[in-house]
Amino acid sequence: MAGLEDLYREIILDHYRSPRNRGELPSPPAYRVEGFNPLCGDEIVVTLDVEDGVLADIKIAGSGCSISQSSASLMSAAVKGKPVAEVRDLIRTFKGMMSIHEASLPHDGHDRADGAASGPVEIVSGEPEPVDVEALGELAALQGVVKFPVRIKCATLSWNTLAQGLDEVGTAS
Amino acid sequence: MSTPAGTHEGTARGTARGTVAPAGSAPSRELDVCALRADFPLLGRTEQGRRLTYLDSAASSQRPRQVLDAMRAYEETSYANVHRGVYALAEEATRRFEAARDNVGRFIGAPEPGREVVFTKNATEAINLVAHTWGRANLRAGDTVLLTEMEHHANIVPWQMLAAERDVTIRWVPIDDDGLLVLDDLDRLLEGVKLLGVTCASNVLGTINPVAELAQAAHRVGAVVVADGAQSVPHLPTDVSSLGCDFLAFSAHKMLGPTGIGVLWGRAELLEALPPFLGGGEMILDVSKDGFTPNEVPWRFEAGTPPITEAIGLGAAVDYLRAVGMDAVRRHEVALTAYALDTLQSRFGDAIRIFGPLDATRRGGVVSFVLGDVHPHDISQVLDQYGVCVRAGHHCAKPLMRRLGVTATARASFGLYNDLADVDALADALGEARAFFA
Repeated sequence: MAGLEDLYREIILDHYRSPRNRGELPSPPAYRVEGFNPLCGDEIVVTLDVEDGVLADIKIAGSGCSISQSSASLMSAAVKGKPVAEVRDLIRTFKGMMSIHEASLPHDGHDRADGAASGPVEIVSGEPEPVDVEALGELAALQGVVKFPVRIKCATLSWNTLAQGLDEVGTAS
Repeated sequence: MSTPAGTHEGTARGTARGTVAPAGSAPSRELDVCALRADFPLLGRTEQGRRLTYLDSAASSQRPRQVLDAMRAYEETSYANVHRGVYALAEEATRRFEAARDNVGRFIGAPEPGREVVFTKNATEAINLVAHTWGRANLRAGDTVLLTEMEHHANIVPWQMLAAERDVTIRWVPIDDDGLLVLDDLDRLLEGVKLLGVTCASNVLGTINPVAELAQAAHRVGAVVVADGAQSVPHLPTDVSSLGCDFLAFSAHKMLGPTGIGVLWGRAELLEALPPFLGGGEMILDVSKDGFTPNEVPWRFEAGTPPITEAIGLGAAVDYLRAVGMDAVRRHEVALTAYALDTLQSRFGDAIRIFGPLDATRRGGVVSFVLGDVHPHDISQVLDQYGVCVRAGHHCAKPLMRRLGVTATARASFGLYNDLADVDALADALGEARAFFA
């Protein structure tokens, strides 16, 4: 069974204790979108500022567990200032990492402590696209979440909310 | 061992091993939890090399061997569809199914068990049944439904659905900071109210509500009272006559029985006046191309093949609880809850916020809390590493969560099979969780 250290990596705890880009941008002009995890009652508010195809600024508010909060913080740091197209790619890659089936993961957690995938990682049907975990940088710290299936929704809450926000900004403009 | 056949009264007396203290001392008998735990196969499971600490009985209880055996024996010897066949096996199956209904009715003091106990899927469906039948027949635009701030979504959303459809207003009985209903303005709150929905015991706060008093006041203004017994029937002696409500909903799986079956108890004269719920087989007396004639109660509300084996399981669960004694169950759970409240407060002081009344006699065996700024989801995750199962989340009571000013709580809830060691395991694991996130 996976241990706590697989889930609560140091980077995650750091972002949980000191969340980056915390707060709300004034909206308007920023776009405001809310996300809910009906399972645990977590709520997240993402305010984003898209200018000329670039996610110029982003802030995160709301409350939730260490996984949802750290994931949101890590996300904000990773996407801020990036072109929207790149952000969408990152969302896809991150969600790909989160959709890895637990059965395909190594059974003991010790061989992946450095955050890099050890050995071949299979993806569940439907998404044959290999996940480039290296490209995720610090976000790779969240891959241990996959071993705790109930927590996957915590990790993806902010990402789904951001994706929704980008979609809505796209149609609004 | 596993046969509930024959008398239903106390068949588990001999089988709930060691649960009954010296003969002839019924009023003072206490639980022998150690012996009783042996009846629950799942509690023998180890988690992380430790004894499993199951503290989520408010979500679903574990089942004793007697219930599992009864269901298996029924399937192996007496199973057929009910109310249809004229062959001996079908008659036996039907007789035992109806005997289970009767047994459940007697367990809650129903004056007419055979007419008043409707089998549903669960407590949620039972309340929805009232909303669909009584609600649609009686609620008009401008009418008011009174609920309490501590209701489970199951006793909120069916009324909201109806309110949206019928332009009915929903009013709320507030709670105070101790998690008790504020009843000072009850008469004003009840003005124009057609239906009162109230939980007998909160699944978050543990609070046991004065349903009898509320029902009396509601009846004075002609309102009907729907009581949610999901958290009370499994843990408190229940007598519908003294409770005073008109409908009582509860689920088998929270009271040592199987999933897939719940109960709506309703006053016979009220049920008689209700239109059917779902349409189909079983709920009719006659069908022609021009229409149908609904069946008698309670079958009028039981369209299609019911959960037959589950009814047998519920009957066996009731036998088990009766043999143990609901007074003994209650005393045991009060003692456990008092110990838990005491242990958690002395161990964590101001760092722990416990919701609901701090007097164990005013609450059920449900202890919701937040610990420091550690999110309940994280608490629950760390506790799992120590084999301690608690629930984290909003517990299907989001209006209450908002009133409490939290998005989630952790919740430990007790069953008759929990003991002081379970509370100690909880406190120890909470200490670890706190240290981990410090």
